[in-house]
Amino acid sequence: MTALEVKFVGDGDVLEHIVDKQEGVKSSGGSVQKMVTFKSAREDAEGADGDESEVFNEQNYIQALGTDNTEASELARTPGKSASLSKTPNIEPSTPTRRGCKSGTSCFKKVQFASTTPHRLRKRIMNPSLHSDSDSELSPSDSGEEDEDGMEDEQKVKIEVKENPKTPRTPSKGLSAALYKTPAKKSKNTPEPLSQPSMVEEYFEAHGSSKVLTSDRTLERLHNPKLDRETIVRLLEGKTWCYSKEIQQLHGKHRKHFSKWMLQLQLGFSVLVYGLGSKKALLEDFRVSHLAEEIHLVVNGFFPSITLKSILNALTCEVLEHEGSFRTPSDQIQFISQTLKDSPDLHVYLIIHNIDGPMLRAEKTQSALGQLASLHNLHLVASLDHINAPLVWDQFKQSQFNWLWWECVTFQHYAEETSYENSLLVQQTGALALSSLTHVLRSLTPNARGIFKLLVKFQLENKDNPSYTGLSFQDFYQRCREAFLVNSDLTLRTQLTEFRDHKLIRTRKGADGVEYLIVAVNASTLMDFLDNEEGE
Amino acid sequence: MATSSVSKGCFVFKPSAKKKKTLSLEDYFSDGCEGAENSEVRFKLCQDLWDKIKTETEILQDELNRNILDSLLDFTKKCSSARQHSDWASQMRASEIPTAALVLGVNVPDHDMTFQSLFELLQQSVTPHVASVQAKECGALKHLMKRVLERLMGAVVSVDDEEQAEETAEQTIAQLHKSAHCSLSTLCDWYSTRTRKSSTGTPGKKRSSPAKDDQQEPPIVVIFKDFEAFNASVLQDFILICSRYVDRLPLLFIFGIATSPSTIQHMLPHSVSSLLCIELFQSLSCTQHLATVIDKLILTPWLPFKLNSKVMLVLLSIFLYHDFSVRNFIKGVQLALIEHFHTQPLSVLCCNKEESLLNVMQLNHHNLERIRQLASFKGYLEKQEPKEQAKLLQDNTHLKDVCQRLIKDLHKYHKNYYPILRCLHTLTSALPRYPLGKQIRELHLICLEKDVWENEDYQSAMKLLKMLAKDELVTLLQRCADILQPIKSKKMKKAHVQLEELLTKFKQLDTAAGETAQSEGESIISPVKTLQKKTDLFQLQKTLLEMNESRRAKKLSPFEVLRNETLEWIDSLVRNHLSPPESQTLNEVCYYSSSATVRRHLNATPRMSIQAALSSPYYYLQNENLKTEDGSVSNAAPDICIAYKLHLECGRLINLFDWLEAYATVVSAAEGNGPESENFGKVDEVKHARFIQAVSELEFLGFIKSTKQKTDHVARLTWGGC
Repeated sequence: MTALEVKFVGDGDVLEHIVDKQEGVKSSGGSVQKMVTFKSAREDAEGADGDESEVFNEQNYIQALGTDNTEASELARTPGKSASLSKTPNIEPSTPTRRGCKSGTSCFKKVQFASTTPHRLRKRIMNPSLHSDSDSELSPSDSGEEDEDGMEDEQKVKIEVKENPKTPRTPSKGLSAALYKTPAKKSKNTPEPLSQPSMVEEYFEAHGSSKVLTSDRTLERLHNPKLDRETIVRLLEGKTWCYSKEIQQLHGKHRKHFSKWMLQLQLGFSVLVYGLGSKKALLEDFRVSHLAEEIHLVVNGFFPSITLKSILNALTCEVLEHEGSFRTPSDQIQFISQTLKDSPDLHVYLIIHNIDGPMLRAEKTQSALGQLASLHNLHLVASLDHINAPLVWDQFKQSQFNWLWWECVTFQHYAEETSYENSLLVQQTGALALSSLTHVLRSLTPNARGIFKLLVKFQLENKDNPSYTGLSFQDFYQRCREAFLVNSDLTLRTQLTEFRDHKLIRTRKGADGVEYLIVAVNASTLMDFLDNEEGE
Repeated sequence: MATSSVSKGCFVFKPSAKKKKTLSLEDYFSDGCEGAENSEVRFKLCQDLWDKIKTETEILQDELNRNILDSLLDFTKKCSSARQHSDWASQMRASEIPTAALVLGVNVPDHDMTFQSLFELLQQSVTPHVASVQAKECGALKHLMKRVLERLMGAVVSVDDEEQAEETAEQTIAQLHKSAHCSLSTLCDWYSTRTRKSSTGTPGKKRSSPAKDDQQEPPIVVIFKDFEAFNASVLQDFILICSRYVDRLPLLFIFGIATSPSTIQHMLPHSVSSLLCIELFQSLSCTQHLATVIDKLILTPWLPFKLNSKVMLVLLSIFLYHDFSVRNFIKGVQLALIEHFHTQPLSVLCCNKEESLLNVMQLNHHNLERIRQLASFKGYLEKQEPKEQAKLLQDNTHLKDVCQRLIKDLHKYHKNYYPILRCLHTLTSALPRYPLGKQIRELHLICLEKDVWENEDYQSAMKLLKMLAKDELVTLLQRCADILQPIKSKKMKKAHVQLEELLTKFKQLDTAAGETAQSEGESIISPVKTLQKKTDLFQLQKTLLEMNESRRAKKLSPFEVLRNETLEWIDSLVRNHLSPPESQTLNEVCYYSSSATVRRHLNATPRMSIQAALSSPYYYLQNENLKTEDGSVSNAAPDICIAYKLHLECGRLINLFDWLEAYATVVSAAEGNGPESENFGKVDEVKHARFIQAVSELEFLGFIKSTKQKTDHVARLTWGGC
């Protein structure tokens, strides 16, 4: 509780500071603060643990929100800290913000901005029950304050509303109604009509300064910070997905359009499906049900090493059964178009999952696909997921593709699309790196393995040293000699060339002209690697 | 799945040829469309109409391009003949490469058609040696050279049937493929052998017609389809090289320019452009093109398929605000056509009059019921006598008879609507500030939407018309008469006769004008005289008022009387014939009205859709758990929606740990654990995995990306929106 006290006094200081500066708001702000003080005292009296203190802070925050002075949100940032470090004095983290306050009003926004971590929501979601039982007198004042709040902080108001349905707020005209209006009209009817300007401002606030304030907590705090691919798959496999019935219904709804797709495809249009959710299953269903008796080609655009060449080769070699190679892709396209023109009865269907896939985004690829799509007897069905995907086509390409857009919201998980190693954002498991490491190492001589392990061990010893630049070559040679791994620096150099060719190590010239060697794999993978090696 | 693999991205499926049976277009049409029983007829109608539209637009396109193509042809002919003359000017010219800069406008999708017809015309009438190149196939000079040579010499193989020629051509082609370097000197050799051969090979012809002289050295035309997209240095080099050969090769360039002629100066320095003798050709603007297409396709009674105002508006706004492409406009019409015939079973009546009258008789009970359900038919029904009503509802044969009459009426309506629309447009398009729009399509939209005579703009237009001078009015009316004259419908003939009568009256006025002017002058003077007497204020006011009234009443000259009469007559015509199609019974048969479908298919907003699905999943997944009152997301929503909503609250960077915690809290609340329960908000493995999945999905969709700025942070990429 001492921690709480310290912080509370600190906050009071800050508030006084504000009151001095912003005389216009001081009365309301002050009164609210008093109320909170009273309330918190009461809650303190009720006797509480660390959790209670968080609650207090949260209430404090919510109240302060209404006062429209931005420092208040700074308080909101602190509970996040106290939630994790509830028992320790928590002065240090709040200092930067305090300094920010002194330096002038312009920085208040930044502070306020920093406060909007999702962490807040956690607190607030915990709140409703507390609202109801411990402080019934608080909610009306809450909403009263919000009315004054107005446009200033629309986002927060929105959040408040989530908890407090009573609060007056511009009723959103159901999104469903807005969905089929013209874009211009649509912007008027979106759920947060007022939020647009503030969103724009928010953008510039966020990007105005190079510094972004977020909490410093990292995933290392989790007791199992890294999940690898297999674990995730295993964990998610067993779960039955909620709303599977509805998702099935959606799928069924889209299925009904299949024969219309076929009609449109044959009339020279290309079908492009978009909308949230993986459309792979849908297109697969379409393929199986309608294209089983046609020649067709499926392309996984999300596949990390898909290339235009492989698509064209599949078309020429496998579909058109042409032997021989082509010098350039445009030659190949010309051949394809000529062949298809010569045999008008041959219909080829091309299904591209994620035509906006990272490997297909290049202008050349898209224009090649456009040329293919404009062929009379090549029919294209594609899906698209990235929100900015339509930007890859200019008017000319669009008219080549001759798209008909179909909204197919499936809500299915992008399991396959995100399954490739480099698309995983959070848990770069390094499993691939690890397995490639082991594979390369296995093909080497025991001495070479020893050399590599030596380097790895040295790097791991230094993994906490931020100024570690690598092991210098001379040093390394010395160590290898001592371990009886090499007898001359020439042998070591040969070995190193081998490693470098396999991209296992990197060399860097230091300031003094000496070569430094680093293993270009992250520490945890190296640790796993050593464990593996020793286990064998 | 058969199409997922970690080592392959392309999968080819080839069914065995034996059991291959392909469904025809028609089967796909009837499968899943409304009212499948008459789908065959509808499909046929739809196909016929589309073919008609297609040929019509192609003809239109050709007509529109004819002018510019003709002048281009003249240019090429002139250039090729100029080379043969030996006067001083042409000698001077000889060192320059004749170039036509063809300014086509920004509607790039339409250019292909223009170039296609240009290409064909040139091949037919000027020279067999035409090559057209696009920027994207010519990244380097080597490629450009190769393409040009390939197309020029390759064309020979397909055109020439003589064995000998074929042989040599094949040889050259083979050489081409062998040698990495294609140079213009090979082209020179090829060209000289070709021209020599043709001169020696057909000596008889040569003697018989001296006009064939031109043909001896037909020019070599190179078309650069998208001039702006070319690499400037490639183009410069190519032109420089070509200019060296200009005395041996009669080269001729055509630049297709989308922006403005000044791009030539931007791309080519003076040293290069001075080698060209550039002549500018301006093509028809795309809006004019659209106006003609609308005029010939939409504003005619011959095409039974019609678009209602909303669909029309959608297509026009796509044209005006997105691409200026007539081709895309036609595509929109095609889509609407297919949709109409696919979804509306009664579209079987959407054909020419005789056929639709026949089709009415073929209607089965289902479709007759559908007719009874039509909104416009219900309106019609209400106006009938109760006895008649009952009969219409029960007696199918009677309904068929009535339908035939109604269909006839609908056709009559269309026959009268368009001429009157044109007349009204002729009258109003010249008015100051264009109260009813400059283009006829604007007026058409107004008329489609609601009663045009209720429109304020119409009334102001009428007022303005009442102020027109005589000669202006007469010329306008004369033009209206010209519009009405060829129309065969009874009412229009009558209207034409009336208009002619009015026009003769206007002419007669001239003779009678002198007398009336005099008498009028007297009548005005008299009250002014009375004013000169001394009067009190009241009296003055009274006389002034009287004067005012008398002026208003009396000032009507015979011309004004006639003008008012004419305008009233026009107004009555408008009221009779320009009522919106919704007022016509059975209009649903011909008018396609689902603008939302057209817009969604042509001008979709995928980002909007994704964001809508993320922020209000209930709209798509109709589950009560997801229902929320105020547009917020319920905590039972799919993981990705929750993660998305949480990320909206963040700044430029997002702390993954905080995000994960917030997510875990929401999810455990959804699982029914109260805050007091033990592991509320704790991150267990399953939640962790679900979170990872949601985050990678958000990354996949492009909402966030990984960043190295701070450990365990991601950068947010979207701002604003829903």
